[in-house]
Amino acid sequence: MANSHNPDMTPGLTNAYDPGEHPDWPAPSSVKGPVHWIKTNLFGSVTNTLLTLLAIYLLYKIIPALVQWFFVDAAYTGASRKECEAQAGGACWAFIGSRLQLFIYGFYPEVQRWRVNLSVVLLAAALVPILFDQVPQRGKWLIYSALYPFIAAWLLVGGIGGLEYVPTDKFGGLMLNVVIGVTGIAFSLPIGICLALGRQSHLPILRIVCVAFIEFIRGVPLITLLFVAAVMLSYFVPPGTNFDLLVRMLIMVTLFASGYMAEVIRGGLQAIPKGQYEAADSMGLKYWQSMRLIVLPQALKISIPGIVNTFIALYKDTTLVIVIGRLDILGIGRSSLADSKWQGLSTEVYVFVAVFFFISCFLMSRYSLYLEKKLHTGH
Amino acid sequence: MAETQTAERTGSIGSSKGSDDIIVIRNMHKWYGDFHVLKNINLTVKSKERIVVCGPSGSGKSTMIRCINRLEEHQQGDIFVDGIELTNDLKNIDLIRREVGMVFQHFNLFPHLSVLENCTLGPIWVRQTPKKEAEAIAMQYLERVKIPEQALKFPGQLSGGQQQRVAIARSLCMNPKIMLFDEPTSALDPEMIKEVLDTMIELADTGMTMLVVTHEMGFAKTVADRVIFMDGGEIIEQNEPNPFFENPQHERTKLFLSQILAH
Repeated sequence: MANSHNPDMTPGLTNAYDPGEHPDWPAPSSVKGPVHWIKTNLFGSVTNTLLTLLAIYLLYKIIPALVQWFFVDAAYTGASRKECEAQAGGACWAFIGSRLQLFIYGFYPEVQRWRVNLSVVLLAAALVPILFDQVPQRGKWLIYSALYPFIAAWLLVGGIGGLEYVPTDKFGGLMLNVVIGVTGIAFSLPIGICLALGRQSHLPILRIVCVAFIEFIRGVPLITLLFVAAVMLSYFVPPGTNFDLLVRMLIMVTLFASGYMAEVIRGGLQAIPKGQYEAADSMGLKYWQSMRLIVLPQALKISIPGIVNTFIALYKDTTLVIVIGRLDILGIGRSSLADSKWQGLSTEVYVFVAVFFFISCFLMSRYSLYLEKKLHTGH
Repeated sequence: MAETQTAERTGSIGSSKGSDDIIVIRNMHKWYGDFHVLKNINLTVKSKERIVVCGPSGSGKSTMIRCINRLEEHQQGDIFVDGIELTNDLKNIDLIRREVGMVFQHFNLFPHLSVLENCTLGPIWVRQTPKKEAEAIAMQYLERVKIPEQALKFPGQLSGGQQQRVAIARSLCMNPKIMLFDEPTSALDPEMIKEVLDTMIELADTGMTMLVVTHEMGFAKTVADRVIFMDGGEIIEQNEPNPFFENPQHERTKLFLSQILAH
């Protein structure tokens, strides 16, 4: 057609372009761009506009005051509360600074603290191949990761191979939270997977055992289990055996998290279409092969938000060890408040603990989002 | 039970390796709870034979072919595949599944694996083929189904027809002796049915033993050696395609064909 690119429509023609000739035009500014975003998201309707204005007002009231207290008016040096107050009216971070060692290492002997530092470095190295799959020699590296909990246990407790023995009641502060949290996370996932698979099993006894375990764990508060660990377990073990209290707590926390983990993973397993099992079966894959290669990779991927949710809950629950007399970071903070030099600084302590937990949990949550994005294979 | 009658009907014993019968089903029954889904199925398939199974929905045709690789369990009667009897013995089931490929209505590709990984999984884990070799074989079959360029994509990025062709390639990578097709084109848009059927026709030309549950009567006419009509859990009629379509014997077959060919 001679007029194929003529923008004026000729009578009789419905389109200025020949069929199939129409180029892709850029989208109009009303469907993209920052102005469009603000319009639709912040001022889309009267209610939206009012809520946006209210939110802006609240932020205006809160943020400057917070910044003032946190940073501008804060005192970073000083030997007591009085000295802090003499400097400024805001937060007294000198208090936290003077007790930082205690917050981090608890009562771990000072000359041995390099062992804690070393296990943190080793932990970071053990996490790399778990968190990222593009690292070289990942297979061998993962073996190290699997061995890490035992290496760390040896490093922290010692007593063998020339390392001085440090009894576990010296563990405290942030280090205690990390020990319990990492152990719980590392062991609750595999145990939870086994429980979830067991709950779906065709073998009735296995299924009943798994269901009973999960229901029991979910029906009992963690504090109760920790009391049981502290008081009752010693009745069940033969007299004379020294069953370390920390180990008992680790077992209880791990089992508790596994019960929840099992249910999260069961949800993922149920979302896998029957056809996936059938395709795996018809190929001749054995039960564990089809679980490992086909079902679990998909089920775990779906369950990532729930799994990380359980991890975060577990990590925060580590503060509950205070009920059986162990001082984690929160416990150390509370007991520090009794110091007459620093009396009345509870806000600083709780803010410090809250910020610490928030940072750790936020990192976990961000990583889970990264993982979800990476595992998304497109539709 | 009914052993003597069976021997008369099939005329051969499934467990003898020398015979040409690659699948022998004798007096097979199956129930879902109290529901009698398959009633006295007798079917012998020769090596390289191409069989189309048709019938109204709910007639048990899918269930029947799914019994051949034990996706469904039968409760009575015998099934021999490639001379191996299907029993509760897991070893036999594994042996049979290696030799029997299956293509499903909804493709059932593994969405978390690339097309190539879908194809190499079986050979690597079931047949212990080295990875390089398995990949070479997979590429060969992907070329045969005409989508080698999609090898590194994920199934979710392909069209339905392409996915089904990948599913066929995936089964072929296991180098099976028998291929089962469970309504392979029923979930596809009309324009994609042809590409899948063409792939199946090419496969038939290579001499593969095929059992195909389908409503594609054109495919049955051009490819099948034998057409089986099922209704109510029974095999009602079986014949070569020409006499089957030109001169159906049974009333129910006539009714079914008139309905399916009317539009």
